Amino acid sequence: MPGPQAATELSRTPLHGLHVRLGARMVSFAGYDMPVQYPSGIIKEHLHTRAAAGLFDVSHMGQIALRPRSGRIEDAARALEMLVPGDILGLAMGRQRYTLFTNAAGGVLDDLMVSNQGDHLMMVVNAARKAADEAHLRLHLSDSCLVEPLVDYALVALQGPMAEAVFAAFAPDLRAMTFMDVKTITLLGEACIVSRSGYTGEDGFEISVPARVAEAFCEVLLRNPAVAPIGLGARDSLRLEAGFCLYGSDLDETTTPVEAALDWTIPKARRTGGERASGFFGAEAVLGQLATGAARRRVGLRPEGRAPVRRGALLFRAANATTPVGIVTSGGFGPSLDAPISMGYVSRDAGVPNTQLFAEVRGKRLPLTVSKLPFMPTHYKSLRSPQKGANAC
Amino acid sequence: MLKYTKDHEWLRLDGDDVATVGITPYAQEHLGDLVFVELPSSGTKLSKGAIAATVESVKAASEVYAPVGGEVLSVNDKLTTEPGLVNAEPTGDGWLFKMKIADAAELDTLLDEQTYKSLTTAHDGH
Repeated sequence: MPGPQAATELSRTPLHGLHVRLGARMVSFAGYDMPVQYPSGIIKEHLHTRAAAGLFDVSHMGQIALRPRSGRIEDAARALEMLVPGDILGLAMGRQRYTLFTNAAGGVLDDLMVSNQGDHLMMVVNAARKAADEAHLRLHLSDSCLVEPLVDYALVALQGPMAEAVFAAFAPDLRAMTFMDVKTITLLGEACIVSRSGYTGEDGFEISVPARVAEAFCEVLLRNPAVAPIGLGARDSLRLEAGFCLYGSDLDETTTPVEAALDWTIPKARRTGGERASGFFGAEAVLGQLATGAARRRVGLRPEGRAPVRRGALLFRAANATTPVGIVTSGGFGPSLDAPISMGYVSRDAGVPNTQLFAEVRGKRLPLTVSKLPFMPTHYKSLRSPQKGANAC
Repeated sequence: MLKYTKDHEWLRLDGDDVATVGITPYAQEHLGDLVFVELPSSGTKLSKGAIAATVESVKAASEVYAPVGGEVLSVNDKLTTEPGLVNAEPTGDGWLFKMKIADAAELDTLLDEQTYKSLTTAHDGH
């Protein structure tokens, strides 16, 4: 049974007081005192987000600006491409992209969003990695860029099918934004950076808002009956259903982008034969794996029974096999699917969709099936294909 | 009248040596929405403090310990399809299993309601 959580020495986001007033259960997460759930509970919060609009405090994440000393945005983009395998030079003004910091072995140091803000790049990185990421950026890019963490800003996400209708009441032109668009708008008299993105698989927005008006802004949103506050518990189950990676669980320095099935983040231009091939940390390993395939791959897993198969469970080809073929890296329960779901890394031959595997849970071998990701169809606002956005994770 | 453990199980005597076991309202509230309950097989012999069941919320799995030693007589099969009963009625329809108590003297190690309540109130004072 759970014990009490120590709340000492934890950082607080600008919305901490609001969470407490809303009756949240607070837990320690990445050094922050964060809401894991509100009184309605994780399942209701999860389903509400998929049906209406959920409001998330993600202010613990790092927001870091990368400003080119030359004043030319392409110089910052070219510099950042040393650290990521993504296409940053090709990122148009007002657009955002998902990418990865890699190390010399091709391992993933963090996953992040990067956007072109016209005269600088803006990054959103994981809370637990923000100090390391900032140091990494300064170490390698200080010659050409200024690295400026955005302090005194909250980051909130409004996610779900009613997010657009709720948010457009403040700024009608938000309706014209499509998935991964970014723009600066004025909310409550303050300049805020809004991106049409999120980590739930639903349409929605992430809003970087000055800390001094963050609470007032959220209170206005919460007055709309379509909006409910959503804690980290439902954020995790939503991202798992959407097949997204959680850094530290599904991604770390021992996993490469190819093993993590994130090869879609590496464009042609940065692959072997491309105009800016290689040139990022770990390129040799990563491009080698792109050519020959990785020995293991991240896959989705659907347990056959009702028992969740959680992080750390070993995976086997047969109920009586002795050598594991993989390991679960994220696992729990998907409220929208009303079923347990997991993700894990399995050897190449065991990772074919519909392959039956067995997970060891409390001394028993439970059957599960390799499944395509995402588990839930995504619902992004895209001009080209209304029901599909970028690939999962 | 219920008796309690410091690990948040409750036990209700149904007769001299037969008892029903479950988890407390405090425990279910802190676990959150349960999505799976793994119960012991009837006939399983448990010593006091042995792992008797596992309750899983969206976020985590937690073990339930035998409040006293004995043999499992029956389990609440309803929880297989409705694990949320533990959240809704933790000391009623959300019971976990019934057991035949091996040594009635072990009942004296359990907490009365007042002692248990003071324990959980102290926990909540953060």
